[in-house]
Amino acid sequence: MNVFVWIEQHNGTPVAASWEAIGLARQLGDTVTALVLGQGVDDIAQAAIHYGADAVLKADDATLAQVRFEPYVTLIAHLVQQHNPDIVLAAATISGREVLAGAAADVNAAMLPDVIELSLEDGKLSAARPVLGGKVLSVEAVTADGPQFATLRSRAFPMPEPDANRSGTITEVSPVLADDVIASRVESAAELSGQVSLTDASVIVAGGRGVGGPEGFAPVKELADVLGGALAASRAAVDAGWIPYEHQVGQTGKVVSPDLYIAAGISGAIQHQAGMRTSKVIVAINRDADAPIFRLARYGIVGDLFDVLPALAEAFRNRLG
Amino acid sequence: MHVVVIAKNTPDTEATVSVDASGNADWGDKLVVNPWDEYAITEAVLLKGAHNVTATVITLGTEEHAEALKHGLAIGCDQAIRIWDDALAGHDGLAYATAVAAAVNKLGDVSLVIFGKELSDIASDQHIFQTARKLGWNMLGFVAQIEAIDFAAKTIRVSRLTEQGSQVVSSALPAVISVVKDINEPKYPTFIGIRKAARAEIPVWDAAALGLDAAALSSKTAHIRYQALPAREGAVEIIDGATVQEQAEALVDKLLEDKVL
Ligand SMILES: Cc1cc2nc3c(=O)[nH]c(=O)nc-3n(C[C@H](O)[C@H](O)[C@H](O)COP(=O)(O)OP(=O)(O)OC[C@H]3O[C@@H](n4cnc5c(N)ncnc54)[C@H](O)[C@@H]3O)c2cc1C
Ligand SMILES: Nc1ncnc2c1ncn2[C@@H]1O[C@H](COP(=O)(O)O)[C@@H](O)[C@H]1O
Repeated sequence: MNVFVWIEQHNGTPVAASWEAIGLARQLGDTVTALVLGQGVDDIAQAAIHYGADAVLKADDATLAQVRFEPYVTLIAHLVQQHNPDIVLAAATISGREVLAGAAADVNAAMLPDVIELSLEDGKLSAARPVLGGKVLSVEAVTADGPQFATLRSRAFPMPEPDANRSGTITEVSPVLADDVIASRVESAAELSGQVSLTDASVIVAGGRGVGGPEGFAPVKELADVLGGALAASRAAVDAGWIPYEHQVGQTGKVVSPDLYIAAGISGAIQHQAGMRTSKVIVAINRDADAPIFRLARYGIVGDLFDVLPALAEAFRNRLG
Repeated sequence: MHVVVIAKNTPDTEATVSVDASGNADWGDKLVVNPWDEYAITEAVLLKGAHNVTATVITLGTEEHAEALKHGLAIGCDQAIRIWDDALAGHDGLAYATAVAAAVNKLGDVSLVIFGKELSDIASDQHIFQTARKLGWNMLGFVAQIEAIDFAAKTIRVSRLTEQGSQVVSSALPAVISVVKDINEPKYPTFIGIRKAARAEIPVWDAAALGLDAAALSSKTAHIRYQALPAREGAVEIIDGATVQEQAEALVDKLLEDKVL
């Protein structure tokens, strides 16, 4: 089995879940080829080998500087047609989902999106993925012949240990589309700077309507900072305009799966659960002992978040140094 | 000139779901317009109001999905079309995309195809991106605002969400977009709109009507069964203490003991 893995990167920063995809590719296949597309991506090509790739196909070009649908899909589909891998994997990020789906359409191949389990049975991929707002898993399998595509939900598969002594080949490839035939132009981009990405975060601290206003997020953020975690929110807090939509977790927000999710002043509506149910350990802080979030949580503190969060930040600071 | 919105019904997000021993799921009978599609339909109607374009709402699904079409007609779409063929029963994204792209081509003179961000039930967005490829058009996903659109000059500029933040992107038309909730305030049907929609004739296009043979719609993947989520071990442990500091320390102890951190 030959496995391709698209290594997603933005401005030279690789998406961590791409390494998780390489780790899984090593288990599924005999040879693993990393597709590294971008501009100035030599370090990422090298890192892909350290994480487990045997070979890298590297396209380094100004047309690939930002992830754009047309040039990325066209090039990945072209490489798949040329090399005929058995399996093509990527992280199920916003870009990963669209780029791999597009490439699968181009080569008329089977696609299993956003999976949390993936295995091979008689040469065909079989997967589980959360559906219906994460309330159940759907088990799906490839039935067609030809290359099989799948995207992997962040943090659902183990992160491999990089090995700086690993070696592999790096082959340069050229983009397919010239600049003047690409329909879209990125005119500007606003990055959420200095913040831990929600989908990659191992610790998330989230605030809801209970924080009472924009300034109520201060103790939530303080605890997130002490833990090196990311800041999240319920839709009620986002809709009230207390915090930007990028932080919303839930059915109409981001789906996250950290090791620790601390929910403060969040009742735990089914649509909020859709985004955080697969967190390993959930801690609920709410002054209402009957709030539904306590039915999902491993640990709970019934109390006022404005007392509990600062006390927790203090206790963690003392214990973690 | 034409704007097309693709919309569907999905199970109510509040529905409780149960899975039986043979892997069948029951989510009740209640269907609602896919919450994401409410924004998509509204955007088509807003574009129609601001530009000289026709708005068509299309669903791909069995009869119960006609409700999404009625919703579209009731808030101001000009016409509705339902695509269905038994060959589509497999829920394969690529088959859906092939059928939707064929319908868009059949309508002709379409400048923009609008989808909601994803289906809230199967949580898939794959057919959206695959429709763009089947049409050979550019794709702008997660659009939070259409900043400018010029149907005559065939240009669009949008701001869209990315995993890292947001971007302003300009593109040529025709294009496919998917929209997120920031794009508008969904319109809801009026009594008169609902009555008008109830009387509308909704044509059904099957594979033959789309000029496709059933083989082009065959699934490449199969849904095998549903599976309940692994049960969460144990009930919640409420951390008590004489003071909030004591509670906080006890919780930190537990989390360190469990090696969560
Ligand atoms: C189609 C659809 C999609 C949706 N998508 C999402 C989504 O993506 N994400 C999402 O989160 N929601 C979503 N919702 C909304 C969801 O149904 C809930 O309305 C929302 O999650 C409630 O947010 P909340 O828990 O912050 O607020 P509330 O339900 O009002 O809960 C606030 C909680 O804070 C507690 N509290 C108040 N003050 C304090 C205090 N000082 N200390 C401690 N506790 C306190 C209260 O006891 C209460 O439990 C969606 C809804 C629909 C219909
Ligand atoms: N894989 C799926 N998971 C959950 N619900 C689905 C799935 N596929 C279809 N549905 C829903 O099942 C109902 C019937 O689907 P259909 O026969 O495709 O019209 C609709 O409510 C769909 O939204």
